[in-house]
Amino acid sequence: MYALEIRNLTKTYASGACALADINLNVEQGEFFALLGPNGAGKSTAIGIIASLINKTNGLIKVFGIDTDQDFDRAKSLIGLVPQELNFSQFESVSEIVLNQAGYYGIPRRLARKNTEIFLRQLGLWDKRNQRSRDLSGGMKRRLMIARALVHEPKLLILDEPTAGVDIELRRSMWEFLHNLNVAGTTIILTTHYLEEAERLCRNIAIINKGEIIEHSSMKTLLAKLHAEIFILDLSKPITAVPLGSEFDFHLKDDTTIEVTVYMDQTINDVFAFLSERRIQVTSMRGKSNRLEELFVNLTQENE
Amino acid sequence: MQTILPSAITMALYFVIFGNLIGPRIGQMGGFSYIQYIAPGIIMMAVITNSYSNVVSSFFGAKFQRHIEEILVSPTPNILIVAGYVAGGVARGVIVAFIVLIVALLFTEIQIYSYTITLAVVVLTATLFSVGGLINAIYAKKFDDISIVPTFVLTPLTYLGGVFYSIDLLPDFWRAVSLANPILYMVNAFRFGILGVSDIGLGTAFFVIIIFTSGLFYFSLFLLRRGVGIRN
Repeated sequence: MYALEIRNLTKTYASGACALADINLNVEQGEFFALLGPNGAGKSTAIGIIASLINKTNGLIKVFGIDTDQDFDRAKSLIGLVPQELNFSQFESVSEIVLNQAGYYGIPRRLARKNTEIFLRQLGLWDKRNQRSRDLSGGMKRRLMIARALVHEPKLLILDEPTAGVDIELRRSMWEFLHNLNVAGTTIILTTHYLEEAERLCRNIAIINKGEIIEHSSMKTLLAKLHAEIFILDLSKPITAVPLGSEFDFHLKDDTTIEVTVYMDQTINDVFAFLSERRIQVTSMRGKSNRLEELFVNLTQENE
Repeated sequence: MQTILPSAITMALYFVIFGNLIGPRIGQMGGFSYIQYIAPGIIMMAVITNSYSNVVSSFFGAKFQRHIEEILVSPTPNILIVAGYVAGGVARGVIVAFIVLIVALLFTEIQIYSYTITLAVVVLTATLFSVGGLINAIYAKKFDDISIVPTFVLTPLTYLGGVFYSIDLLPDFWRAVSLANPILYMVNAFRFGILGVSDIGLGTAFFVIIIFTSGLFYFSLFLLRRGVGIRN
């Protein structure tokens, strides 16, 4: 049984715009799953339909085997949603928002209070529990939405760009929190534009573009498709021209920086060996772009 | 306080102008002084306005700020969503009715003819207009949409619903037209509860109120189930 099973899901808006064209998707229980795609690809529409915020046109959705057409209420009780846009009352306090959400799920008040405290503490918001939500910082508002989505202890947590606009330190602490949550057994579906985030956290991935799933595989399988990677090398001494006579594709960026493309049948060791022979010392090295980012751009461009 | 006090002030002005200043020149109506005759209608006017505006603004506010999604993603049944919002509207309607009654007592003597009928009409009317406000908010896409119905429908129907006069004073044609106004039945049923007089039979009035209330209630459930105005 899948945590989420989507069959032939279609969404056509009243304007005639087709947001989802017959998509199929399986998410295993316990997975940390990435759903990626450019803006307007259909990610948020798919999530909206799963969470019952948007009516589907056609198709089947099962959440832990429960057909949403048969018993959406039971399916909803298994889902926690962290939407892309802020969607809590600006006038309620932090604890009121989380407590009320527990009430909507029928959680008894005593347990709701306990869960509210647990999740607000875990997300570093306990000290702010009596503060009005509108007065929180952007990062705190994002964390509040995570606490709210978790208060009924869902088995499937869906996060729609949870780290958008969040500083790197906070983003890393959120990654750690989500990783621990997943290890504890919660299935997580994540959409993000930070591909480093998806590569670091997720084991499986689907890429959606123009309402169609164009890739659905494990992260490893997907990254194996990358036939070349570009690295930037910082040199200890200036050089005037790229070293000649190599099988590598070098480009001189400035007199102390070169860019090298390493293909699948080559190794970085060979690059260093070649440079060492020519007494060129490398002080540091970094990837030009995230590997997943390269693939993402290639795949979505192929789909154009 | 900011939602209840304005009604008390507005209705006090009605009592001063129509009751104390103009009323004595009009004389008796339905066997009561004019101020006593209009008191039930003025209370009912406050109930209608407040229960409607309470729900229309709460629900549209939730849509506008998108926190209605908190409820939509949860397994809360639609009937509970309607009941919750309507309960808020009814509570405000009943509180306002009580406050305006106290204001009325500052201007004239009122002996309540039947507490049961009075309370039943207030609660039913508040329920009806709360559900009406909910339906308005479900369809509303911008702030203008929540003021159109109160301005162009509710206010004229209330003024023409026998608040300030008995429809027996009207020519036959306009009397017949007035009978198509549902607010006439609420005002008269409430007037019967307070004064014991009415232009409409009590059974007919309750029948009309209950039919409208249940019709709108089921319609609001239908709209929520279909996701009209809240689910794309």
